[in-house]
Amino acid sequence: MKRVYALVDCNNFYASCERVFNPSLRRRPVVILSNNDGCIVARSAEAKALGIPFASPYFKVRAMAEKHNTAVFSSNYALYADLSQRVMNVLRSFTPDVDVYSIDEAFLSLNKTGDMTGFGLAVKEKVYRWTGIPVSVGIGYTRTLAKAAAHIAKHDSLMKGALDLTSRPDAAELIARIAVRDIWGIGPAYAAKLNGIGVYTAADFIKLDPAWVKRSMTIMGLRTQTELKGRSCIEPDMVPAEKKAIVSSKSFGRSVRGLPELEQAVSTYAERAAEKLRRQEGLASMVTVFIMTNRFRDTPQYADSRSFELPEASCCTPVIIRCALALLRRLYVDGYEYNKAGIMLSGIVRRGDAQMNLFMPADWRGSSKVMETVDHVNRKYGTGTLFYASGGIDRPWGMRRELLSPAYTTRWEDIPLIRI
Amino acid sequence: MKPEIYRFSPYVRLSLPLFTARIHAGFPSPAEDYIEKSLDLNEYLVQHPAATFFVRVTGDSMTGAGINSGDLLIVDRALKAVNGSVIVAILNGEFTVKRLQSSGKRVRLFPENPAYQPIEVTAGCDFEVWGVVVHVIHTVRRS
Repeated sequence: MKRVYALVDCNNFYASCERVFNPSLRRRPVVILSNNDGCIVARSAEAKALGIPFASPYFKVRAMAEKHNTAVFSSNYALYADLSQRVMNVLRSFTPDVDVYSIDEAFLSLNKTGDMTGFGLAVKEKVYRWTGIPVSVGIGYTRTLAKAAAHIAKHDSLMKGALDLTSRPDAAELIARIAVRDIWGIGPAYAAKLNGIGVYTAADFIKLDPAWVKRSMTIMGLRTQTELKGRSCIEPDMVPAEKKAIVSSKSFGRSVRGLPELEQAVSTYAERAAEKLRRQEGLASMVTVFIMTNRFRDTPQYADSRSFELPEASCCTPVIIRCALALLRRLYVDGYEYNKAGIMLSGIVRRGDAQMNLFMPADWRGSSKVMETVDHVNRKYGTGTLFYASGGIDRPWGMRRELLSPAYTTRWEDIPLIRI
Repeated sequence: MKPEIYRFSPYVRLSLPLFTARIHAGFPSPAEDYIEKSLDLNEYLVQHPAATFFVRVTGDSMTGAGINSGDLLIVDRALKAVNGSVIVAILNGEFTVKRLQSSGKRVRLFPENPAYQPIEVTAGCDFEVWGVVVHVIHTVRRS
């Protein structure tokens, strides 16, 4: 049986999360600001239609936003992480083979059974009904094609949110029209380079000499080209999700029972995720850890996740590891056979956009000096003190989030209040 | 600013011991007097963790359905609303909780208090079922 991939992508995820619990936002443009309420990190479809640009400093578009009655929010990572987990859990009800790619995207590996359009629509319908989050679903013989299909499904209203390229006679034409900058794995720099030599669409890109592609765009460029032609050769790990979240997770070679082994695994993933984060010059605001048992086995099942919001966005490996391990210890329940663990870093901001922590040197790339400081402070005042100490010092260095919506799903004081 | 780890986790095990020894008239067996398993309130209240949300209500339009002001509702979005379901609905941009009455094409939102009027959902309304109310948590002892 032929293997196919489905990419499930949440539409305007942060704005959609805000809308689930605030119905008055349904028809209004919504924008979400980065840490310290500086830049726009997410927009609803209406805000995009107004021409509010991504990543622009809010003060620059404030007048226009206010004129159009735009709802403006600080990033509510606790809410987004919780809804993300719910979406992923719904996806796991379709297949255990779910690769969480970012906070709002996941790849499903499936066996092709006829026309999969109905399957895609069923996924979309169930995720919306269960979680309130609208998604687009793209299906293809490779992950790159699944991504392309999801892109088309999202932007072409005729698709109704789901497109199965494997059963469309016009698949080649549909793919051909996609701009190179929208192809998964082709970053803005390569897109500019390709445009410079007259390559604008996927059709142009496929026609290029593979040897040239490999020479000028590395092996990854060649893999992307191969995948667009329908042959699968890219794993999600190979292409870092540049957007809002980084996931590092893997199934274990064998089941794991003890906490020490899980700690080793999670700290390794944390290290890897922090590396990826620094590579894209980002700082993460939220750390999420998840663990699960083997769904294929007839053994007692357990799966859960927990999140921690860092007082200051960070890319410091020791900070992230420490936080991940603290989360893991709270998650861990004795007696289960675990086969997968992972970490997600979300609320990613560019290094220049984030406020620096008073206690951290400007260059805090996880140097041994930072490690020493962290250990020293925590030895002296107890584990975890560094977070408290940094957050407790006066507000000028604290994160400014004046427009934060309630933590509707994670705090008793914040659950929605309905007047009846 | 004290960071805390918040999360509504439907998976958290809140365990209360269940004594399964039955009360016999006559000779209670001491061997039966043991703790067999634990009771998990989440297991009782939450059928679909990924689709379950908590909301609080204020107002008295649903007292007849056992929903009082200040109560906590457990809402399951996975369930299909049918005629007679108590639902959380979105009506014209606002949340409400009412009993759903649907027959043919006619849809009404029914309050459970004679002091309130039923609401007719017409084609011009912006209406959506948000979720089905499955349990009401009413705290008797207010501190």
